Amino acid sequence: MCLAIPMKVEKVEKDFAYVSIGNVKRKVNISFVENVKKGDYLIVHAGFAIEKLDKKKAIETLKILKEIK
Amino acid sequence: MRFIEEYRKPEIQKRIYKEIQRKSSLLKKNVNLMEVCGTHTMVIGRYGIRKLMPENINLISGPGCPVCVSPENFIDTAIEISKKKDVMITTFGDMMKVPGSFSSLEKEKAIRGNIFVVYSPLDALKIAEENLEKNIIFLSIGFETTAPLIAQTIKIAKEKKIKNFFILCGNKLIPPAMINLLEEKDTNIDGFICPGHVSVIIGTSPYIEITERFNIPCVISGFEPFDIILSIYILLSNLIEEKYEVINEYKRTVKEEGNLKAKKIIEEVFDIVDSEWRGIGIIKNSGLKLKKEFENFDAEKRYEVNIKKYSKNKRNCICGEILKGKKTPFDCSLFEKICNPENPIGPCMVSSEGTCSAYYKYEKK
Ligand code: SF4
Repeated sequence: MCLAIPMKVEKVEKDFAYVSIGNVKRKVNISFVENVKKGDYLIVHAGFAIEKLDKKKAIETLKILKEIK
Repeated sequence: MRFIEEYRKPEIQKRIYKEIQRKSSLLKKNVNLMEVCGTHTMVIGRYGIRKLMPENINLISGPGCPVCVSPENFIDTAIEISKKKDVMITTFGDMMKVPGSFSSLEKEKAIRGNIFVVYSPLDALKIAEENLEKNIIFLSIGFETTAPLIAQTIKIAKEKKIKNFFILCGNKLIPPAMINLLEEKDTNIDGFICPGHVSVIIGTSPYIEITERFNIPCVISGFEPFDIILSIYILLSNLIEEKYEVINEYKRTVKEEGNLKAKKIIEEVFDIVDSEWRGIGIIKNSGLKLKKEFENFDAEKRYEVNIKKYSKNKRNCICGEILKGKKTPFDCSLFEKICNPENPIGPCMVSSEGTCSAYYKYEKK
């Protein structure tokens, strides 16, 4: 139930963002996340964004993965 | 998302898997690694990760499915309230089939029709605003991932002075349940794969107490198959080196400090109380209850219903032992034959994230 999926921000309007993944579009509350901008990926759970996906950190993990011999 | 696609490359996964095999030969004994979260159980099932593991690594499934651990009396109370005049019950869909002591929400809906599935607590609030002559009750379940959303919904309801919106509060906290498992004498857990989206909210610090007190490594893991196998690899490395620390594998989403705004709102709206977990019993300080200033939104205060306080376990269902990681569904005499997703006896079969349901779908012998 704690499933939360990354969705891409298309538009921000006050406390809400319009996000999409594939053909699914939603309007989600963004009051827990700061500086939401178009193009960001938000982790969405039950109508709210609970965090922003950090692209730099994602690439860091990728480096660790590649270092494992 | 390009960087995620990159993670999914089979070469990378094969390489980690090979390393897991190599590491496993260095282990001095068989190890039990528990994935606490039901969503992890599903991913492990769907991608056959359990079966891929070397023989001396055992993946066991923990109590992290909020639907599975909601006790019978929570359902019983919801059903009693649904019988009151002018009430509409709103709930996450997973709760509909969960058996209470006598019935389920799905069966009651067929009788009275006043039970509705919503995607978000905000949808339940909207229904309240549109149906002022009714009282709307939201069945509030979930862990730290969900609690802030409910807290925020309550705050919005208060600001808007909405008087016909209530929650039946059954929210629970994960770290006390993990500690409870480790305190039991006969549980045998060597490492935790910690729930990624609970950790988004609480951060890494609650697990530090666990690693220090029990000498057990914890890895916060994401939900891609590679996240899970990488987490297993990290746990094995730590076990071999006898390092007991918290490692955050899911850095792309989980900050060390968690989500401060979300943590703050949980504290603002809820008090921490003892709470009953289905199949496990009462766990100290493992649940949430609305604070006094928000008690106007508490369905139990609005409708006093007389339900037996504590639930009794269903005969022969061993969900409790399964949620503690002591047994697997294969140990249950009802599994498949009598208990299956069409006719779930215990909650572990009801929720799609329940261990029994995941085993039914993916792990059949
Ligand atoms: S198979 Fe059914 S009866 Fe057996 S433990 Fe699982 S849910 Fe309970």
